Amino acid sequence: MLSADLLKGSPRLLTGVAAAAFCVSLAGCNVAGNAASNDDVAIRVPPEVSGEEVATLTSPPNVPPAITRTAPTKVIVNLEIIEKKMKLADGVEYPMWTFGGTVPGSFIRVREGDQVEMHLKNSSTSTMPHNIDLHAVTGQGGGAAASLTIPGGEAVFSFAALNPGLYAYHCATSPVPMHLANGMYGLILVEPKGGLPKMDREFYVMQSEFYTKGKYGDKGLQMLDMDKGIDEKPTYIVFNGSVGALTGDGALKAKVGERVRMFVGNGGPNLISSFHVIGEIFDTVYGEGGSSTMEHNVQTTLIPAGGSAIVEFALEKPGNFILVDHALFRAFNKGALGILNVTGDDNLKVLNPIKSGTSLPKK
Amino acid sequence: MTPFLPAFSRRALGLALIVQAAQGGMARVPAGTYVPLYGTEPGSSVSVAAFRLDRTPVSRRAYLSFVSANAGWQRGRVRAVFADAAYLSDWPAPLDAGGADALGRPVTTVSWFAARAFCEAQGKRLPTIDEWEYAAAASEQKRDATRDRAFRRRILDIYSARSANPNPDPKAGFRNVYGIEQMHSAVWEWTEDFNSILVSDDSRQAGGTSRHTDFRAVCAAGAIGASDPENYPAFMRYAFRAALNGRSSVRSLGFRCAANA
Repeated sequence: MLSADLLKGSPRLLTGVAAAAFCVSLAGCNVAGNAASNDDVAIRVPPEVSGEEVATLTSPPNVPPAITRTAPTKVIVNLEIIEKKMKLADGVEYPMWTFGGTVPGSFIRVREGDQVEMHLKNSSTSTMPHNIDLHAVTGQGGGAAASLTIPGGEAVFSFAALNPGLYAYHCATSPVPMHLANGMYGLILVEPKGGLPKMDREFYVMQSEFYTKGKYGDKGLQMLDMDKGIDEKPTYIVFNGSVGALTGDGALKAKVGERVRMFVGNGGPNLISSFHVIGEIFDTVYGEGGSSTMEHNVQTTLIPAGGSAIVEFALEKPGNFILVDHALFRAFNKGALGILNVTGDDNLKVLNPIKSGTSLPKK
Repeated sequence: MTPFLPAFSRRALGLALIVQAAQGGMARVPAGTYVPLYGTEPGSSVSVAAFRLDRTPVSRRAYLSFVSANAGWQRGRVRAVFADAAYLSDWPAPLDAGGADALGRPVTTVSWFAARAFCEAQGKRLPTIDEWEYAAAASEQKRDATRDRAFRRRILDIYSARSANPNPDPKAGFRNVYGIEQMHSAVWEWTEDFNSILVSDDSRQAGGTSRHTDFRAVCAAGAIGASDPENYPAFMRYAFRAALNGRSSVRSLGFRCAANA
């Protein structure tokens, strides 16, 4: 990380002999003459791996433990596609298509350089063939072409986790927007070689849309409304697959004094998220899920459809901090709302309600 | 779109003939043209000669008779090159296809080789993709309803409902204008040329793929070159076929037979 940061920063300012001399001191630097360093855009060679392990997958909002390995290995990922009726809102069900039985799908965590062997099963009870396009994969279709599998089948392919970062994955079987509209997306984290800074808590949050025949809140089993999808007019916009997935008993929990990291994805299939946590400021954002491009002190971060962001912040105050898409009709009327419940000692210097303005002062 | 029927009188006559032909378990489908999802040129139509098609999918009862008479197609005896491990796995036993309700349902978890052998044993054959799609474009009233938004929505609803209910009522569908039933309601259906690997080189294009199993059917660029990017039900069928090989035996996949007119 250190050398990478150096290469991104100062060498661009250096010229001529100075740049050449600087580069000579860095292994792998092939810059000649007075050209700026180009190591950010590098041909990546999959390293030799040793050992083998089976990846621990988690359901949202949970995240697998940080990787403590210091060398790349072969990682086996067992993921099963399951089609089933699931709750979309109170009294509302929807026939979801899932990676691992949840929407969003199981969280996958590997390390930069790992050789990942994906075992993608399609449950025999499925009605459709499915596959997987991982944005962490370099190559045809992100693995989609290699993984098309019939109900009851299992596809296996391997890939090198070449680029660190937080990546979306999704089904890419035709008609692709339908597979996404039915819930087929998730996140895979490729940890950089040096790992990510340790946090007290990590959460997995993914925004997405549902397009139903009925209106928002109409009870019963709801079906996909293709026309609403084409018109990009969703009935529901939710975090973690359903209205209320992150409220009530599902609220995320943390304590004052802790540092929190959220791996936030956007499954789309259509809309961009203006992700915001009401009453908090993101101390750090890994913009668009990259591993090193950091912004600090960010209020709202854009998350593209089929993209992600990593946000980190420390908790100075107790309270209910509301996760929203700050395109606020979505939060107010379509479900894009979650809660981070923070408990602990208050600090009135951070925010102090001195006097309410709800009654007129005495004369 | 190529109009199928130039005049009202001919249309009425045609329908009368169609209904009359719907006997012996097969319906006659007159010659015509249709626009496949993926044509040699986007939007180009394909001619389909007259043919006959089973009015209903092959039932478990009929398939049980077939395997009773042809031991080589029984579960446990079928050669592995002709069917994968799931073949007839939803039957209680190799010669027990279940109770009365089950016997009346379309047979599924049969491979392409098995479906083909069944049809041959009846003096029939599997329909081609063109024949199947051409016949399946019909609603109760129209021979080509593919551009009818309400019809398309209805088919998509039927397909979507399958993942909410793995055992849909096969009778819940409709009888189309040819007198053919359940083309969409119960199961996906095998076609003769579902996969370019198994057809002659004649239907292949550069790159070794036929127009029916083009990579576009499975990749995100799926709408490129498609005649109708809003025909989601057709995309689903083409994707399903693209995922299969001749041994595939899938719980939601059955078949019906065709014959020349």
